[in-house]
Amino acid sequence: MELLFNLTLNGLATGMLIFLLAAGLTLIFGLMDVLNFAHGGLFAWGAYSGTWIYTTTGSFLIGIIGAIVTGFLLGIITEKWIIKPVYGNHVQQILITLGLMLVLSEMLKVIWGPNQLTANTPEYLSGSWEIGNMIIIKYRVFIIVVGLLVFAGVQFLLKKTKIGLVVRAGVMNKEMVQALGINIKKVFMFVFMIGSGMAALGGVLFGPYSGVIHAGMGMEFAILAFIVVVIGGMGNFTGSVMAAILVGLSGSFMAYYVPELSLAVNMLLMAVVLIVKPQGLFGGKG
Amino acid sequence: MNELLKLNHIETHIGQYHILQGVSLEVKKGEVTVLLGRNGAGKTTTLRTIMGLNPASKGSVIYKGEQIQALPTYTIAKKGIGYVPEDQGIFAGLTVEENMKVAIQKENEETNHRLEYILNLFPDLKKFWKKPGGLLSGGQKQMLSIARAYVNENELLLIDEPSKGLAPIVVEKVMESIMQMKEQTTIVLVEQNFYMASTIGDCFYIIDDGRTVSNGLMKQLKEDEEMKRKYLGIA
Repeated sequence: MELLFNLTLNGLATGMLIFLLAAGLTLIFGLMDVLNFAHGGLFAWGAYSGTWIYTTTGSFLIGIIGAIVTGFLLGIITEKWIIKPVYGNHVQQILITLGLMLVLSEMLKVIWGPNQLTANTPEYLSGSWEIGNMIIIKYRVFIIVVGLLVFAGVQFLLKKTKIGLVVRAGVMNKEMVQALGINIKKVFMFVFMIGSGMAALGGVLFGPYSGVIHAGMGMEFAILAFIVVVIGGMGNFTGSVMAAILVGLSGSFMAYYVPELSLAVNMLLMAVVLIVKPQGLFGGKG
Repeated sequence: MNELLKLNHIETHIGQYHILQGVSLEVKKGEVTVLLGRNGAGKTTTLRTIMGLNPASKGSVIYKGEQIQALPTYTIAKKGIGYVPEDQGIFAGLTVEENMKVAIQKENEETNHRLEYILNLFPDLKKFWKKPGGLLSGGQKQMLSIARAYVNENELLLIDEPSKGLAPIVVEKVMESIMQMKEQTTIVLVEQNFYMASTIGDCFYIIDDGRTVSNGLMKQLKEDEEMKRKYLGIA
């Protein structure tokens, strides 16, 4: 029972980290029809900048805020100077964003060195609670709570605000949104910024979760995020959280019971979804 | 009467295709100007060019004395031009209410008044206010699309084939509503249904092979059997 509980907790925490990366990816694809392979780079930059700020200031909260701001800024720069010239051309998007991903990773090595960095858990989030025979690791609960709060916040934004309404309308019909007098480019920028901020938040939260961060982490997590986007339905925000939890849980359980299949299981899951329901388990652009 | 919109020798390319090869027309304030012509003649592209969705490669579009052909679509819309596309452009996953909310540019007394007016004109929209746009019938979608274009203080409405795919009884309803709206706004209408076009329209332009080939008052066209046969295929 304790084992099942811990595997579930671990899977949910991993799922939430993947969700923070995948949610931005799916929104950006849904609205802007952009395949952003550099998104994982923003995750890694969030981890590095946040950890550095946390180490320098001693405040994990300031580290988190710093990572999100870094994500926002990198998102704005990426959308304005890298993505904008290649709107509507998927081949160019893949090439330029893959290139950017490499540049972002290499810049991390230039600034913080080629070795991995240690990311400590703040004292108030360290340790665990013991309930009966169950040991609940505080930091994993913290990640799950933050992930759920972000999900609720973005849902509120999408469902209850005018900008959210415009984003949802834009996912369905960009042209009509413009014909109704709305500057879709500003909406693109806003979505890109939010998506990048979420990825950076995921990155900074990942640091203490794994204990170390390295420049290649962005690419590793981006692959999982792409799997989630495909399973959840490209452009479907709610689908992305469900799929992220599914991927997180399957990864956690498989790593314990059949460790040699822990990486393959997600690929297998994606392949099955692509064969059975190519638009994703929860449908595209919802 | 004042001239609200003028197109001067408009040419439009879509990819490698030269769709409009010289469209010129004038729209007077308070009138319904109907664009007629066979399928593929360039009527829809003319409306899309006015909206900036397929920008003109040559010529000028003058709205209220200002050249607008180089402006982005959202700026053109903000200048007071409402657009009802051929496919209605409904946001299928949003409710009727949300579709209207996206469309409303400024929430003020005038907009509220217009919303009330349009909901009285199309009571079905009020009835299905919380229903997703994608679940509406073809006629209701058309009503929603017209309502979105009308709700702002637009001086000009561009309506593309409002009768397309609708049952005759629904066409009558849509026609009646456009007749009512014409008392308050200027309309450019693309319409294949000649009965509807000739009932609503004050004047006409015939577009053939991407060029305006004839124009005049609708009552003259009604009597010109030769013209109708030649360009519209009506015996």
